[in-house]
Amino acid sequence: MATKRDTQLSPLAIVTYGAVALWLIIAAFPFLWTFWGSFKVQADFFSKADWTNALYGVNTVRETGGAFTGQGYEGAWVKEEFWKNAINSTVVVFFTVTISLTFGTLGGYALARSGFRYAFWILFAALVFRAMPHITLVSGYLLPFFEWNIWGIKPTTIIVLVAINQPFTLWMLHSFFLNIPKDMDESAMVDGCTRFQAFRYVIIPVMWPGVITTGLFSFLLAYNDFAVTAMLLSEENETIIPAINSFLGSDQVEGSIMFAVAAVVSVTAPLLVLVLFFQRQIVSGLTAGAVKG
Amino acid sequence: MFLKNLALAGALAGLMGSAAIAADCGPSGHSVRVLGSDFPAIQAVTGTAETNCAANAGEFTITLRDNTRDLMNQALTPNPAEYTSVIVANSTLTQLMNDGLVRPLNDLVEKYGANLRPNQLITIDGDVMAVAFMANSQHLFVRTDILEQAGVEGIPSTVEEVVAAAEAIRAAGIMKHPLVMNMNVGWNVGEVFNLFYFAHGGELFKPGSAEPNVNNETGVAALNSIKSLIEYAHPDHLSQASNETQGLWEAGQAALGIMWGSRGGAILDGEGSTDEITSNTVLAAAPTVAGGAIPAATLWWDGVTIAKNIPDEDAEATFAALASALTADMVAEHNDDAIWLIEGFQPGPAAAGVSATAAGGAKPYPMIPFVNLMHNALGSELVDFYKGDETAEEALADVEAAYTTAAKEAGFLN
Amino acid sequence: MKHRTFFWFILPTLSAMILFIALPIVSVFIQSLFIQHEQVIVESESCGPFGCTPTSSVDTEATAKLREEQPLGRFNGFNTYANRSHLAFAEVGEAWHTTDSLGGFIDAVMDLPFYKALIFTLSYTFVVTPLVIVLGLAIAVGVNKLPKLIKGPSIFVSLLPFLVTPLVGSLILFWMVDGDGIIGATLQLIFDDPSLSIKASTPLMWIMLMVYGVWHTLPFSFITFYAGLQTVPQDILEAARIDGASKWQSMMLVVVPHLMPLVSFVTLMLLMDNFRVFEPIVSFNAQAHATSLSWFIYNDLRESGNPLYASAGATSMLTILGVVILLTPVLIRTWRDFNRKSH
Repeated sequence: MATKRDTQLSPLAIVTYGAVALWLIIAAFPFLWTFWGSFKVQADFFSKADWTNALYGVNTVRETGGAFTGQGYEGAWVKEEFWKNAINSTVVVFFTVTISLTFGTLGGYALARSGFRYAFWILFAALVFRAMPHITLVSGYLLPFFEWNIWGIKPTTIIVLVAINQPFTLWMLHSFFLNIPKDMDESAMVDGCTRFQAFRYVIIPVMWPGVITTGLFSFLLAYNDFAVTAMLLSEENETIIPAINSFLGSDQVEGSIMFAVAAVVSVTAPLLVLVLFFQRQIVSGLTAGAVKG
Repeated sequence: MFLKNLALAGALAGLMGSAAIAADCGPSGHSVRVLGSDFPAIQAVTGTAETNCAANAGEFTITLRDNTRDLMNQALTPNPAEYTSVIVANSTLTQLMNDGLVRPLNDLVEKYGANLRPNQLITIDGDVMAVAFMANSQHLFVRTDILEQAGVEGIPSTVEEVVAAAEAIRAAGIMKHPLVMNMNVGWNVGEVFNLFYFAHGGELFKPGSAEPNVNNETGVAALNSIKSLIEYAHPDHLSQASNETQGLWEAGQAALGIMWGSRGGAILDGEGSTDEITSNTVLAAAPTVAGGAIPAATLWWDGVTIAKNIPDEDAEATFAALASALTADMVAEHNDDAIWLIEGFQPGPAAAGVSATAAGGAKPYPMIPFVNLMHNALGSELVDFYKGDETAEEALADVEAAYTTAAKEAGFLN
Repeated sequence: MKHRTFFWFILPTLSAMILFIALPIVSVFIQSLFIQHEQVIVESESCGPFGCTPTSSVDTEATAKLREEQPLGRFNGFNTYANRSHLAFAEVGEAWHTTDSLGGFIDAVMDLPFYKALIFTLSYTFVVTPLVIVLGLAIAVGVNKLPKLIKGPSIFVSLLPFLVTPLVGSLILFWMVDGDGIIGATLQLIFDDPSLSIKASTPLMWIMLMVYGVWHTLPFSFITFYAGLQTVPQDILEAARIDGASKWQSMMLVVVPHLMPLVSFVTLMLLMDNFRVFEPIVSFNAQAHATSLSWFIYNDLRESGNPLYASAGATSMLTILGVVILLTPVLIRTWRDFNRKSH
């Protein structure tokens, strides 16, 4: 129940609402702008003459006859067969998230339950590992991967993404497991369970909120990754982000920038659904997890 | 994608037996795996090769990607290499040759090169290392209507005339910044220095050594020529590369430009621009400087190489397939995709600038093993001069210091 | 937990990290201690479509022979770390002796690429990190106070900057801040200066990169703090209110302390990510005005033709060192927590 004091519009509340409203505009504006502009031609959306062209579509009308055009979408999805990249991304992201979480929950649980000093040093090492710039790692992988003939295939990229995202996953899940009372699994072990059985039957049922939260972050890392996927995947395994990059063109030739814009808008849509769907879990997951960590 | 369709077309043609009109595809049943950058000319060459010879080969794959340069050396190092051929340009051939990853093609050219012109062969000390098929260079783009309006007669042919024309346009109040140049920091800044340094007669290295040779009067003169131009360039020029300059041009925001010839076609087509702009755009030779005769441009080619670490039969099949595409028939079908060096090319308006620049005696981009290091040092150290933070001499001294550090690490200097 | 059980639980994650991160780090470190063999250069003539020019090329056979003898190259110790592209001890020393004022010395040092990059990297880290934490907390508090009906959509909109790939997100913003773009043109209007150009001015470019950094990472701290706010014990807040604490006081004295562990976690991650800032610099074509350590590595590996592994390796090691130094205060806190918990 809201009390009178909560519902009253005090000056502080007005300032707060104003600030939140401002933030929401700043957060949403570029996306809305992009969404609107994705139905224009490049000369309008990236107009060098007058930015209002992006609103009214002067060149769009001149070139296509209407104020809106689906050329970008058609080009990306039909001509460039962007759906193949979408499928590749789905596969890569699904396995990356699944494997990351499996490795991460096992490791995070062990780190949270071990009182020995080496547990801290493993966490510390994970941070140092995370500090390594990805671009150096990727350049180092190239030659051995070519030598072993495992370059270009999805499993290689998946395991690399899993490995370089492990430090974050491990830290997050570790702090989450710290908040699940020790008594739960230890009493199960007193009752004769092995450690793994205690993990399987006592911990797994209560860990989902934290795992889903961590999973969402792993998902975003894998999904938005460019450094790794651009260098380690062959053409037919290319995921969406490098594909979008290839729409942008090079110094030599003009790209199809509107394909990239349309592709970005279309791949953000499923993300929104995902966020809406998991919104409650994200929040409850973090609540249970990192807060008291 | 595009490639799959071609593969299908190739397979169909092969089935019907009509592809093998005259193409000599070399030994059959071997593997052809081509890597290249993704642009129309390369798509045309590799696509034609596939149509001609996919049926003859045991395996025929084409990989066209944007970051070819970043992974080709690693891809060609193992034995057998990931690809049997890489399509390269001047600077990327150097990158492969530094690691000894491509093979001499003399015997293959003799056997399968009947269609090739002698000037397509890139030879180093008599060894054919690549076969070029297209050319590119920077040159001058001009809006004749605006020049007329500003009272400038003819098309400027020297930097001084370009500056005068820009001043006339500014004075007439037509445009405040009538000039566009690819001055994006990094590769582009380095390249612009090369253009003007070569036009002033400079050499990047002391003869016969890897010692840098840019901190001198010629270097200062080159920088001053550039500075006199960017005075009239868009204030954001240090963040503008081809995409931005082309955008400005197509929006009618520029009347003079030094841009890549390969963008000519895209600028002259109606897309993204108006008739008024495209019909008055003329592609002319790159300007000369200070009374010299050398146009301020570097000439580039793209060509075919064959990997070293692969079986000889694969090499032969790959070369035969690619050579079968470098013919007048292919050019006839894709005439406007590039400025072809191949027999039968009909230069259109989009090729006029590059042709005039090459005819004017512009220098080819040097194929020196350490030129990439110098280029990179120029690209990152000259910015301070353009921003006005350093004198020309200070900036050039920084370039030499940065180059020397890198060249020592790479083993070119001690 | 027994050592043995611990081992089996940690094995998958640890082996993935050791194989793909730890071993590469060791190998990168070793490579950073070596430089390439002296290249055997031969004079030659190259001919092509544009005529013949004298040139030189690498005698790969002779060089390969050298390489076989010493596969790693020539041992160079920590000289790569000390050269002009990195810590530049000699150049800094020379600047100290040749300049007569402190300002001159600083100018001379800032002309060295590594220090130039470091100063931007540090400024970026120390501006963006606190802003993201404070603003994230403020927005989380604000959104938490919203009526239920609009709370859900607000959370969702707040996450947007995090969801759009930086590759295209920054491309679009890049165009918006152009002199002809909506933001650039609006700024020109506000400041009544038609020649105002963000991309041509170093301070404005820095500000823009930092604003982008804040905008892009704010959702991460927002969602973490928002979740934390859900667990603030209501009874303590109530007690504070009865004791006459103002909203501001209860915020600073109850809510913020409760969120401290979260603040450490977010700080840790943000410091690390901001110290490795790279993508915005490339996407905004900002190299003229701002470079970072990660950009440096990129430049050595991708832009110099044949990669300069030693130089890139040395910069990578210095980056790791920098991160560890930055994180030390937070790590000490974690160490104390860890010891407290384990006893």
